[in-house]
Amino acid sequence: MGKAWKFGDSISTDLIAPGRYFHLRSNLPELAKHVLEGARADFAPQVRSGDFVVAGENFGLGSSREHAPTIIKIVGVRAVLAKSFARIFYRNCINIGLPAITCDTDKIDEGDELELDMEKGVVKNKTKGTETTFPPLPAVMNRILQEGGLVAYIKAHKTLEI
Amino acid sequence: MAGKTLSEKIITEHCGKVVKSGEVVIVNVDLSYVQDGTGPLTVRRMKEMGIEKAHNPKKTVFFLDHASPSPRMELSNDHEFLRDFARKTGIILSDVGNGISHHNSLEKYACPGDIIVGADSHTCTNGALGAFGTGMGSTDVAAAIALGKTWMKVPETFLVEVNGRLPKGVYSKDIILHLIGKISSNGATYKALEFTGSTIDSLTTAGRSTIANMSVEAGAKAGLFRPDGETRNFLKAMGREEVFRELKSDEDAVFEKRIEINAGELEPLIACPHLVDNVKKISEIGQVKVDEVFIGTSCNGRLEDLHIAASIMKGHIIHPGTRVIVTPASRLVYLEALKDGTIETLMEAGALVTASGCGACDGVHLGVLGDGEVCLATQPRNFKGRMGNPNSFIYLGNPAVAAATALAGEISDPREVM
Repeated sequence: MGKAWKFGDSISTDLIAPGRYFHLRSNLPELAKHVLEGARADFAPQVRSGDFVVAGENFGLGSSREHAPTIIKIVGVRAVLAKSFARIFYRNCINIGLPAITCDTDKIDEGDELELDMEKGVVKNKTKGTETTFPPLPAVMNRILQEGGLVAYIKAHKTLEI
Repeated sequence: MAGKTLSEKIITEHCGKVVKSGEVVIVNVDLSYVQDGTGPLTVRRMKEMGIEKAHNPKKTVFFLDHASPSPRMELSNDHEFLRDFARKTGIILSDVGNGISHHNSLEKYACPGDIIVGADSHTCTNGALGAFGTGMGSTDVAAAIALGKTWMKVPETFLVEVNGRLPKGVYSKDIILHLIGKISSNGATYKALEFTGSTIDSLTTAGRSTIANMSVEAGAKAGLFRPDGETRNFLKAMGREEVFRELKSDEDAVFEKRIEINAGELEPLIACPHLVDNVKKISEIGQVKVDEVFIGTSCNGRLEDLHIAASIMKGHIIHPGTRVIVTPASRLVYLEALKDGTIETLMEAGALVTASGCGACDGVHLGVLGDGEVCLATQPRNFKGRMGNPNSFIYLGNPAVAAATALAGEISDPREVM
């Protein structure tokens, strides 16, 4: 269970992993201290392991920098919930094993306690006593995510045939 | 059976079976590349995968273009890490000074009908030659380099038909800004855009590359152009005519959507802070004082862009309150602009010219904005913090707007000085 951190629409990778910290890209724990800093300065210092990033439309638009979802994962975020995701960011999430869930986020408020059940495809809002369902991931992505990401998949299978 | 779109045809050729949009398939990749912002992580992912060699090193390129030349020791170390891995594996290294990955790819590597994956969102620029170029993250590109394959969903296609003659002061940048303003920054997420029509036919490869480049700003996976006589001429000029091939969507291909644009009705457009789809006509902008004008990038750093700017700035001096930074997209562009006097014209007008590369656009060097500063840039993005400072404001426009703005010190309509 973790707490919801609310974000708006169009949270770009320049807000998640700002270019001014470009020199920290090979030092991810240090870069992670600035995660989402461009959108909310209070997030990085206060986020706890198991918390959720909850956003609106087109989360992660912009750059292909995988550092963006990677530092969200490093600070312990359980999943990113958004009404929609930008394509490259979404793919990156799956590849690094960070659940990116497309669902209606309007009814989730800042600070709500959430619980994610990937198998059943449901986000439980413990604060409000409500549930939000989401459709299962396409087979390829689900397989990659279940095996812990694309690196783990290729390490284990030495092939991309999925 | 219905005909095929350009995307369906290219993907069919690369996966050994006939595909249609919506299918998820494994495809062979013709060209893979990374840049210095994403490359170090790509190499680390390859090491984690346990595959420390390239499937086809001669079709794999490491471009050092984002922090180029390096402004900090951490980035110098990243560069050394990439150079070292390239040396050990035979991967091609495009070192600092050679310029932007996508433009070098058009000049030297991309072929019509290729599938190209790059760890840079603007890899879709390759669509200007009819290559299915798409941006991915470091892990995906690590897999593509290591195995020569990637997985992808065959995209549905939006056909964008642009007809009519572009008015004075209006360029391909305005076509794509108009489209993004119309469909929004996620209007084409997961889709391929395919551009056609008389206006598109009349554009140079450089002009097409601006549109292909910014296709991702509407969320698209690829932005494609049918290879034609212009493509052949471009490739011939690059000494690569033999890779030209014709390729186009079938007459009866199924498009998810058709969008028509009348080029004759367009005017210079501006994307206002802090989103690319916040597009306004230049006549609606009002007075906006500008501290920095930046001409360059994978979007508008080509010779013809520099020519447009120079033709307006020739014989004039830039506004004393405005600095003008010009960054040619590639070494070849820089050399040609030197030889034909364009660089001289720009410098005589008071502009400064940097080494070719991504320049100020990625926020790490060569023109980072100060608090409260305003920039008019020809680059593809204006997100908050993009140019290294979250307390600055970025407006996007075509190269003629940039030049007119440079002279006036505020965002200006180029039609008044042309």
